[in-house]
Amino acid sequence: MSRSEGLSTRSLETRSAAPLRASGFRWPREWTPYLFIAPLVVYLPAVFAYPLFYNALISFQNFTIRSVVTGAADFVGLDNFRAILSNPVTWLALRNTAIFAASSLFLQYVIGLALALLFTRAFPLKGFMRGIMLLPWLLPSVATVTVWLWLFDGTNGLINYFLLQLHVIAMPVSWLNSPASALVAIIIVNVWVGIPFNLVILYSGIQAIPKELYEAAEIDGARAFQRFRFVTLPLLKPVNAVLLLLGLIYTLKQFDIIYILTKGGPGNATQVLSTWSYGLSFRDMRFGQGAAVGNIMLLISLTAAIWYAFFTRREPGP
Amino acid sequence: MIMRDRSAATFLYFLVAGFATVAMLFPLYSMVMTSILTQAQLYRLPPYLLPPQLDLSAYAVALSDQLRPITTSAIIGLMTVVFSLAIAIPAAYGLAQFRLWITGVVMLALLITQMIPTIMLATPLYLMFNRAGLTDTYLGLVIATSTSGIPFAVVLLRAFLEKVPKELREAALIDGASEFAVLWRIIIPISRPAIITAGLFVFLFSWADFVYALTLTPTGKIVPLTIGIYKYIGTYSVQWNLIMSASVLASIPAALLLILAQRYVTAGLTVGAVKG
Repeated sequence: MSRSEGLSTRSLETRSAAPLRASGFRWPREWTPYLFIAPLVVYLPAVFAYPLFYNALISFQNFTIRSVVTGAADFVGLDNFRAILSNPVTWLALRNTAIFAASSLFLQYVIGLALALLFTRAFPLKGFMRGIMLLPWLLPSVATVTVWLWLFDGTNGLINYFLLQLHVIAMPVSWLNSPASALVAIIIVNVWVGIPFNLVILYSGIQAIPKELYEAAEIDGARAFQRFRFVTLPLLKPVNAVLLLLGLIYTLKQFDIIYILTKGGPGNATQVLSTWSYGLSFRDMRFGQGAAVGNIMLLISLTAAIWYAFFTRREPGP
Repeated sequence: MIMRDRSAATFLYFLVAGFATVAMLFPLYSMVMTSILTQAQLYRLPPYLLPPQLDLSAYAVALSDQLRPITTSAIIGLMTVVFSLAIAIPAAYGLAQFRLWITGVVMLALLITQMIPTIMLATPLYLMFNRAGLTDTYLGLVIATSTSGIPFAVVLLRAFLEKVPKELREAALIDGASEFAVLWRIIIPISRPAIITAGLFVFLFSWADFVYALTLTPTGKIVPLTIGIYKYIGTYSVQWNLIMSASVLASIPAALLLILAQRYVTAGLTVGAVKG
């Protein structure tokens, strides 16, 4: 008998009582791997499944400040959903989220792709540049968003300074204090944070395209743009799908940028679902309604994921 | 002729890429530059584009103000790393090296966890922690910030461990090692680079966390660094040199990681997307 079996049996015997030994019970070897994953299998339901269930539960309850202490709340059916759906701010937040997500995804992708194509060429300091470009993604959001708060400053911000110098604007813009420009501002910052991610994923996607395809296309007389159009773009399709899904999930999750720059203001102009859910729960203490908005967010994410799974199953894999 | 064309093209690529890099990093440059200005210089018009001097006095103030938040976040970060790796290493090993019926379910669950909006998890966690006495505690924030660290670490480590030949384990078992000894004496030592990468990312996730720090410390008894900086904005909304010094201090761990281990950072960035 190997030492390992001896050890496993012994450790089991100390825990389980004598009858098992009497019946000749031996710890089956194939159970051991389940011990390795057991902590994770306990952890995942405890910190994900149960809170999500709890969230779903309180979205059907009148969960007040008193409930925070006692944990008890009355069931009110669909009242929370009715309340949020009849609140115009919810629809504004939904609209803002859609604009925020669509513009962010589009701009991050286009800029990321342009940079990825550029970095496939050979030039000095290429690796260094590609490396430090990751910083906006890697640094703590509170630190980087805080500097944007200063850059967007109406009187002393460098963004207004440059735009005035270049005669793009005639008067200083108070970026974060007017509804339209505030939404533009949070999109700019989100795009800035998302570019490195798109760059890295698209770059590795382009690297994975077999070189022979380009050579064959070249022999067939394809020009640079045609090679991009008919080789690079079609072969990036699976990568694009991943980027689209992750970008959507990430943008939907985004809270720090908006909360630090505008808190959803001015006058809800940059209110998105995440800040709206937070505000309902932690500012208005309407946890039921906050939870209901959270459930809608999760529903959007899951729909996107299911759509993605369906899409990638039908397409031949990468 | 062709040679000249090529070197001209190379130079052009270099110029464009250089411009893009400068544009992308300008906000970070501005962060560092603002942090070494004096109070009066902040509001000069036209604004400074190059620092007029190297004045570190804002750092002295920011460091003494933020020393406790920095310590708090460092402790929470390190505890989160230990907690996350303790769960993730054996789990990743189990999922990578054995054929288990549950593997598919667990991997799908890990994928779904990354889709859950943080704020949506923060609300129920706050309510649960509040009644369990875990708000305003290190442990509460460790558990909360591990929710982004653990799924990431499991996926990253499993991707690495799948490449470890199964014969290694079988040979060790024949030599009389137990399953746990295989994990402890063989798998963990050979996975050092992957474990270090996972650990560094888990630390950064925890260090950079804002949502849980905002929601799970209602009384302000403990103040993580991100909240320290956020409160700084409210208190010193005119002293941007102080705020920027604090932001630079908060950025140091991530910047160090990139300098020391760029290869691993890129690997970590892609693992979620490609493998997850």
